[in-house]
Amino acid sequence: MKLLRIVPDNTKFGFMRFRRFSFPFSAIASIVSVVAFLWLGLNVGIDFKGGTVVELQARGDRANVALIREEANRLGFGDVEVQEFGGPREVLLRVGLQDGGDRAQAEVVVKLRQAFEKDYDFRKVEVVGPRVSQELVQNGTIGVLLAILTILIYLWFRYEWQFAVGAVIATMHDLVLTIGFFAVTQIQFDQTSIAAILTIIGYSLNDTVVVYDRVRELLRKYKKIRLFELLDLSMNSTLPRTVITSVTTILALIALSIFGGDAIWGFCIALLFGVLIGTYSSIFVAAPILIYLGVRVGEGVGSEKPADKTTPAPAR
Amino acid sequence: MFRQSTLKTVLIAFTLFVGAYLTLPTIFGDQVVRTLAGYLPSFMVPKGAVKLGLDLQGGVHVMLEVDRPGLLRDMTRQLQEDVRRVLRNERVAPTGGIVAQNRGVAVRISDAANRARVLPKLQELAQPITNALIGQTGQRNLEVVDSGDGLITLTITDAEINDKIGRAVNQSIEIFRRRLDPEGVKEPVIQRQGLDRIVVQMPGATNSKEITDVLQPGKLEFRMVAEPGAPAAEVETLPYAEEAGGTITIERRILVRGEDLVSAEPGFDQHTSQPVVNFRFNVRGAQAFATATTANVGKPFAIVLDNRVISAPRIISPITQGQGQISGRFTVEAANRLAILLRSGALPASFTLVEERTVGPGLGRDSIAAATLASMVSAGAIVVFSIATYGVFGVIALIALVANVMLIFALMSALGSTLTLPGIAGIVLTLAMAVDSNVLIYERIREEQAAGRGAALALDAGFTRALATILDANITTFLAGAILYLVGTGSIKGFAVTLCLGILTTIFTAFTLTRIMVAAWYRWFKPKVVPI
Repeated sequence: MKLLRIVPDNTKFGFMRFRRFSFPFSAIASIVSVVAFLWLGLNVGIDFKGGTVVELQARGDRANVALIREEANRLGFGDVEVQEFGGPREVLLRVGLQDGGDRAQAEVVVKLRQAFEKDYDFRKVEVVGPRVSQELVQNGTIGVLLAILTILIYLWFRYEWQFAVGAVIATMHDLVLTIGFFAVTQIQFDQTSIAAILTIIGYSLNDTVVVYDRVRELLRKYKKIRLFELLDLSMNSTLPRTVITSVTTILALIALSIFGGDAIWGFCIALLFGVLIGTYSSIFVAAPILIYLGVRVGEGVGSEKPADKTTPAPAR
Repeated sequence: MFRQSTLKTVLIAFTLFVGAYLTLPTIFGDQVVRTLAGYLPSFMVPKGAVKLGLDLQGGVHVMLEVDRPGLLRDMTRQLQEDVRRVLRNERVAPTGGIVAQNRGVAVRISDAANRARVLPKLQELAQPITNALIGQTGQRNLEVVDSGDGLITLTITDAEINDKIGRAVNQSIEIFRRRLDPEGVKEPVIQRQGLDRIVVQMPGATNSKEITDVLQPGKLEFRMVAEPGAPAAEVETLPYAEEAGGTITIERRILVRGEDLVSAEPGFDQHTSQPVVNFRFNVRGAQAFATATTANVGKPFAIVLDNRVISAPRIISPITQGQGQISGRFTVEAANRLAILLRSGALPASFTLVEERTVGPGLGRDSIAAATLASMVSAGAIVVFSIATYGVFGVIALIALVANVMLIFALMSALGSTLTLPGIAGIVLTLAMAVDSNVLIYERIREEQAAGRGAALALDAGFTRALATILDANITTFLAGAILYLVGTGSIKGFAVTLCLGILTTIFTAFTLTRIMVAAWYRWFKPKVVPI
């Protein structure tokens, strides 16, 4: 049986030379992300800003959006967003945070039920009070920061500092671009997005670690090779694995995002983007950055014991 | 090379067997468990099917929070009463009364001799706080300060407030359980969260009203309706419970309280056939009620629930048996609800809903269908891709994958974790990650072979060298997942659970099952070249 070879054997791509393009590209993409984040902002869901979301399904053939909008506005909740959602029978209602604290907040659903329960099923109701949403923001931020810190500590124990710094830079790169992705696409940013970001961080590091492991191994093996050649060799030898894993993950995520339903669509799309960007960053950011972080071939970085001083240190 | 000790193989097989055994209820349903339970000692019975989250099975999740200002108001009022009692016993009249403050009271006693006499008595009110776990906490419930110019302030300490809130939450959890699930069949999850919150999850419920309905304190009082000309300080005007029922002026004095009820049952009035609630007092309540009704025949009294008057019937004859009836134009349901409310006792604090997540049964069903389809398609894509890329080795990878999913479910069932929609996404992601560990091994084997090693050496080196990388790579994702578990709530936690468990099982199968299968394959075929 002839087996599928996505990546041919013994590739010799000059990945490191690509840094002339990849570094500016990453820099621009990061700037765009920051600008998009500041300018467009995130489409923050009720998890983080509080409020009420109700998903209605008409008992009849189709939902009357105009009538729902009229009726909802009459209830006097201020800003009510009514939007078709999925099929012609489904409607999504968003009501902003009410003045008057948690009690006023809880009242919204009661009134909505009175108004619409006759003709519509309440498929989903979510109410998040002002303080709970603040706490969720806090938890999410702490979570992401804690994750980065923990992973940094892990890498610091596991690798030499150059690798740890490289991995963190690559991770920050992915984090910034993912947030930029949320800002540009205006996909709703909520608790699942935090889950997506943490998973992306995990996945991207997973990729980076595989590449770095190989770099370290080759650093122990070869003592007389130029660094960028060694990095190219590492990239090329791990390339089949990098590509095959990305392809399976992407296949799985595509299936999930197409068939998994609206509830996890945004989550899957974000992960899909994250897997692509994570793969890119481990090859084109994490590896070449080692050149600038002072990794030297034959100088003991990567060896288990301090290497024998084959070349004497330059006299000052 | 490639020799596995028999003991190890047996242990691995045993683990997989236990895994398969634990997933039986998830695959075949809980009745399998019940059948098995008849023959086996209890520790050998599988725990049951993996629980579905509310986002999949439909239901209501609400988070409730103690109304802190309300509780503080009650505490201040109680303190006011205590201080009044002390002053009355000492026959001291404060200048300007006992003033309620933000979190305590202040009294001004101008006369120095009186003040010196009263102060120690007031200081006696400050009691050490005891805690069931650690006994004396070393803190007191009150801070009594004599500011020297005649003003004495009594401030309720933080420790006391927190202690009170903690107690209120614990008591309320029990009361909620009695109210929400009087027959003990609905199995709601009622848990404390943090200091002052309670999370209630009701599978199968469709409206949070089912839960918020039982939030009212349920404080029942019997009082006399005020007679014209009664002093204004002794009466108050309360609204009727019925909408547009108007108001009625009643005495502040309470004849009997709800605590003295021993039973409350819904029923029907013998004459009018209206739904009513029949109740019975304990001895203390019965005596108090008998005394009061004997003295007030012909006058109306009021039945007050949470500061609303349900009804104000006239006392026709003394009620000495300690039994009575509450009627108030109830529906059957309302009578039933009131009976449960009264039986369960009054809540020690009032609660506010701060978060709600309700999923209707239809959406839950749709989500399960969508997730199943998506998982199938994902798995199908992975199967085709693996076999196309690795042939026989792809099949081995897939067997490991099946074992993986099985072990995830087994662990979830054993740990009692909940499967949510993001959790399913986590499992699918795990499939991809598990394939990755096989890819790492296989690509390494290929490289070793390309470097000129024979089949046996290449296989051995492939496993040994790839395993370090697999471990390294998965630890980072595991760390991210663990943190997500710590900070996430609800269905997100479900994702963290499956992601982390998936990584554990992935590492396990990569180190054991895949290796055994590849070794067996090698011994069977003795190939010169690994077809990979």
